[in-house]
Order: sequence, then structure tokens, then C-alpha cells
Amino acid sequence: MDRSTDPAPGRRRIGSAVAAVAAGVFLASAGEAHAERIGELVQTDPWEQVGRFFDLSDENTRGLRVAFAGALFFGAACGLLGSFIVVRRMALVGDAISHAVLPGVALGFLWGTDKDPVAILVGATAVGLLGALVVDWIQRTTRIKQDAALGIVLASFFAVGLCMIRMIQNGEGAANISGLKTYLFGDIGSLDRADVATMAVVVVATVSLVALLYRPLLAISFDRGFAASIGLPVRVLDGLFQHFLAFAIVVSLQAVGVVLVSALLITPAAAAYLLCDRMHKMLWVAVLIGMLSALLGVFFSFLGNNLPTGPFMVLGASAVFLLAYLFAPRHGRFTKWLRRRARRRKVRDENAMKAIYRILEREGRPEGGVGIAALAAERGMPEAAVLGELHGLGRRRHVELGDGEVSLTAEGLRRARKVVRNHRLWELYLTNEADYAPDHVHDDAEKIEHFLTELEVAELERQLDFPQTDPHGQPIPGLKSV
Amino acid sequence: MRDSEPCVGTGEGGGGGDTPALDPAGGGVPALEVHDLTVSYLKRPVLYGVDLAVPPGKLVGIVGPNGAGKSTLVKSVMGLVPASGGWVKVFGRPTRENIARVGYVPQRESVDWDFPVNVMDVVLMGCYGRLGLVRRPGKAERERAMAALGKVGMEAYSRRQIANLSGGQQQRVFLARALAQECDLYLMDEPFAGVDAATEAAIVTLLGEMRDRGKTVLVVHHDLATAREYFDMLLLLNMRVVAFGDTQEVFTGELLQKTYGGRLTLLSEMADTIARQS
Repeated sequence: MDRSTDPAPGRRRIGSAVAAVAAGVFLASAGEAHAERIGELVQTDPWEQVGRFFDLSDENTRGLRVAFAGALFFGAACGLLGSFIVVRRMALVGDAISHAVLPGVALGFLWGTDKDPVAILVGATAVGLLGALVVDWIQRTTRIKQDAALGIVLASFFAVGLCMIRMIQNGEGAANISGLKTYLFGDIGSLDRADVATMAVVVVATVSLVALLYRPLLAISFDRGFAASIGLPVRVLDGLFQHFLAFAIVVSLQAVGVVLVSALLITPAAAAYLLCDRMHKMLWVAVLIGMLSALLGVFFSFLGNNLPTGPFMVLGASAVFLLAYLFAPRHGRFTKWLRRRARRRKVRDENAMKAIYRILEREGRPEGGVGIAALAAERGMPEAAVLGELHGLGRRRHVELGDGEVSLTAEGLRRARKVVRNHRLWELYLTNEADYAPDHVHDDAEKIEHFLTELEVAELERQLDFPQTDPHGQPIPGLKSV
Repeated sequence: MRDSEPCVGTGEGGGGGDTPALDPAGGGVPALEVHDLTVSYLKRPVLYGVDLAVPPGKLVGIVGPNGAGKSTLVKSVMGLVPASGGWVKVFGRPTRENIARVGYVPQRESVDWDFPVNVMDVVLMGCYGRLGLVRRPGKAERERAMAALGKVGMEAYSRRQIANLSGGQQQRVFLARALAQECDLYLMDEPFAGVDAATEAAIVTLLGEMRDRGKTVLVVHHDLATAREYFDMLLLLNMRVVAFGDTQEVFTGELLQKTYGGRLTLLSEMADTIARQS
């Protein structure tokens, strides 16, 4: 139940992640030129570089292939676990673990004489989980809430890590230094086969975990209290999840860097969250976006020779997120705007056709032309505005414009009757069944007349026992006429 | 406060002779038995020495003012909140050992309704307990979930995204999930909070049907006005049990005054003192 009060939903993290990208680009470009980049190539022609990127048989780009495989692996792991982080509103936890592991990375370097990925994985994961335990402990023994506890642990562990790195640099065995530095800002070029093999193991384990325990994980993410109440081992599942989260973060560190790795967890999953309405689909989409983002990072880094990989991966993910933000089929801003615009136009069109119909009805003519001036008066609008609308309606073949007058086409007449029918049925329903006074129902009907579905109208008509006239005594167009 | 291990269900002290007498009509083992249960949040006691024996087949309302520990009692019975003393038994055995027979309906606000699942996904979770950790729900589970949705009048909504439900519909989904569990004892935390009148009526009917089929249902309820007509028995709670019994006997001005009136300020001041000193 304490989880339910977690602050900072995943989506809010995006803003700070983008800021971090900018900072990362600045910091990385301010650093010294890196000698060993992917493939150790210096090419000036970008198109040639693109060619080399896709020419996987080139012996000189073997380093690139390693990077390629690594990017796919950790992109997938981050997308998968990030999905749970986003829906559980644990975004800050991912950030905290990724910073807290730094002392563990340093320890791993001290332990092995050579750069040993397994030693680093063990050391970093252990320290990351220790950080998570400290957060938990602070929360349980004081009144400090999770966000503040995470902030404290994140910063203090990170600071310890920075001190340790400096101490190792000042000490003996300085050969490791360059390797250690990549963990801060990330350099996919520093990945070797052993690193990628470690990643592969972590990814396979992560995918198996989620595939095997998908339902229990879903249950504890959605409703922890309920999950515990049906006897699911909530603490064990949480612990397992945090272990795998720490693994995924640690294997991604070398390529993305401590500062940015949490963005790779959150951003692809957040984009998937906007695109999907079901968790299992969201997992797949997040995995794909994660891999795509990581690959984009590798690609641009290779293209630019000296550009850092981490920031480009995060920028790639942010770009995908932006696309999802704008164009997601249901939740996208742009798609929503399009839908709203289409709705407004429909309302405007239908109101215009309805006005023509009402004038004809008042004058007792079944069809024929209506003067533009009369129509403008009926709608209470200037003639120019009415004409503008009518031109649009004319293009859609709902009306025909003549000399100073306008008439409905067959289709226009049908649409007009339908709206009037909806309007009058709804007014009658409100008056008869909901006890509204007849002079209170018009405004409500003005809105709903455009959106009643055929099924709803049929049900209305049935409930009202197929009425002929509305509360004001006007005839309701029959079903056949529309 | 003993750490993570909830004391409920350790069964220490046994089901001995000092438990309250049973309603003879219920007979046999009580559906729920709570003995000397004490619960604290951050060392501040919120429930003191709760004794309770609920006979099976009863519809029980838990009422009391805000902060009386109603939700805490329910969570503690389920083992979700660690107790600092006492024990709980469900049909004669610790909750943990009898978990398949108890269903819990949390407060509607306790979850994020933007979560990417649909109504069917949520109701199927009611079957997760029986399925265990790795088995997937099959046709039988889907049918059971659909039947549960039918009982709350939500069949047509099985594919609806939970974000697109009204408050009353959300509550019905939670109840359907509980029905899919097919338990004998249910504990519901404020199922009437923020629901429309139609849903409230539907839930009352449903609870009556459940009781008639021999289920025992405990409901945390905040509205005294309706408590009297909805429930067979009432538990008046204000950090301790003020009264527990048949509704006609317990719903008296004197007892309600004791529950809601300011008489218990001393108890709550003591709780503050205990919290400060530890």
C-alpha cells in the first residue's frame, strides 16, 4: 500500500531525461577526443560511412558488429523492464539504482586485475541492491517518503563512486582508467565480446523471467494489496524484479553511461505506454523501441566518428517518444486534435443542413431552395460566414448553391432529417422519461443530436413507443426518411 | 513492531477457551476469528486488542469514524499490515494457510486506473491465486470471469479499457474479480465509496445473494444512515471494538455515541504518547 503513494509518474521523467541528454552531449563533447571508436575508422564522407555501417561483412567493422549486437540486447532488456517501471510509477527507482551502482563498478574494477564483466556485474548489482535496501529502510523507519529517500541514496552512492574512481586513477594499475571512465558517459565502442556475452545472458534471463512470471508481475504492478491477498509472494517477486532491473542497468552502463541509462529504461517504455492499451502489447512495443533507440545511437555515433553513443541512444528514444506523443492512434496530441477538428466540422455542417431543413419545414415545402439571407438570419450568423460553410458542404455534395439561394441534395436532406430526428427524440425522452421541463431540453439536445449512434436512437424510439411529434408539437422524421 | 513477518496466523495461544462465545445459529467454526489483535503504524497504535468472532453466512458492516482503523483491521486480517500482537483465524486456520477461502476487495482509489489492462484482464486476476505462479488462465477461467462479470451486470464491458470506466463500473469490476476467486469469506474496503445510486443498489443485492449462498461478507462502510438496512450484523469500531452484534441490538444511540462521540480522546492521546516515547 505504501507503493500506491509513489510520486513522479514515468511521463514526467521525460523532461528531465531530455535535459540530461543535452547536458550529456555537452559534457562528452567537451572531453578529450577518444582514440578507440567503433571500427577505429576515420572517414569523412558520411555516405561512405553509411555504406560501411550496413556492410556487415567488412572485416574492419567487426567492432561495429559487436556494438550492434550489444545495442539490440540491452535495448530489449531496458524496454522490457522499463515497461513495468513506467506502469508502476517507479521511474525514480530506475534512476536511483543506475547512479547507486557506480561504487560497485569501481569495486569490480579493483577486484579483477583485468576488466572482468562478471566481476563488475556482481559488484555493481550488489551495491545497486544495497542502495534499494537503504531506500526501503529510510522509508520504513522515518516519515521520509520514497522520493526524498531515493534522492538521498542516489546522490550519496554516486558521490562515493566518483571518489572511488578518482582514487583508483591516482593509484596503481592505471591501465584500467579509460575503461572505468566509459561507465560515466558510456561508449559502445568499448564493448568487447565478453561484455556482449554477458548482455546476452542477462537478456535471455530477463525475457524468461517476464515470460514465466508475466501474470504475477502484472498483478503486483496493478494492485499490490490484492496480489498479496491471493497469496502471491509479493516480496520475492519484487526482489526478483529489482535484481533483474539492476542486471539490465549494469550491462547497459558501459554503452550508455550512468547518467543516461535510466532514460533508456523510461523513454521507450513511456512511448509504448502511449501507443498501447494492453500490457503484453506494451512490452513488445517497448522492446522494439528500446532496440531501435540503441541502434540509432550506434548508427549516429558511427556516422559522426567521434560522437558519444549514450546521448544518441537517448535522443533516439526521445525522438520515438515525441512521435508517439504526437501521432499515437488514441492518445497522440495531433491525432486528438484531428479528431476534435473533424467533430467540430461535423457539428457545423449538420447545424447548417438542419437550419435549411427547418426553414423548409416552417414554410411547408418538402424541398427546394432557401435564400442565403434567410439562412443567415435563422442561424444568427453573418452571410459571409454562412456562405463559407455552404461552399464546404457543396464540395461534399450535401447542398447545391444556386443564385442567392441554396438547396439540399438527397444526401443532405437525409442527413438533416437524421439530426432533426435525433434532436426531437432526445427532447421527448428528456421531457417524458427524465421529467425535464419542455423549455429546458433544447440546449442539451443541440449537443447530443450529433453524437447519438443508430443503436441508441433505435432504443430511444422503442422506449418512447415510436412517437410522431416532439414536446413542442413538431413532427419527428421517421426512420424510413433517413 | 516486529518486522516484515505479520503475526497473524502464527496461531500462538491456540484457539483456546478465552475466545468470545459464538452465535449458536452459526454453529461450528467461525468464518473469521480475531483475538487480541493490535496494529501500529510507525509505533503509533491504531487498533487495540480487537476480539471478534464472525459466524458464517452473515453480512457484516464495519462502521466507525475516520481513523477508527476500519481499513487497517481488514488489511491486518489479510496479512497485508503486520500486527504487533494477537492472531487471526479464517475458518479455524491462520489466514495464510486458508488464503484460497478469503477474498479481499481493496479500496477503488488504491490502484491506478490508467493501467494498461482491460476489464477481462482485471477479473482474470481473481483466478491467479488458484493458478499459481506460472500457469496461464484457460477457457475455464475465462468462463468463470465472464460469469462473474455477468453477476455485476458488466458482461458487455469485458473488452473495455479500465481507464474508460465510471467509478461505479470500476467498483463492479473489483467485485467481479472477487467473485471469480470463489471464496467463502470476503473482506471489502469501502465498496460503496463514490459509486452511483444504481451501482450501490446492485452491490447491495449482490451482497445479499452472496450471503444467501452461505458466504460471509465483511464490508467497511462509512454511511451510518444506510448501515442499518444493509447489514445483518454491525461492528462498531473506534480503535477498539465498541460493540459487535446483530444490527438491531447494536444500532443504539448509546453505542453509536460511544463510537462517534468524543469519549475516546483519552485512548488516542495515549497512542500519541506511546508513539513519542518509542
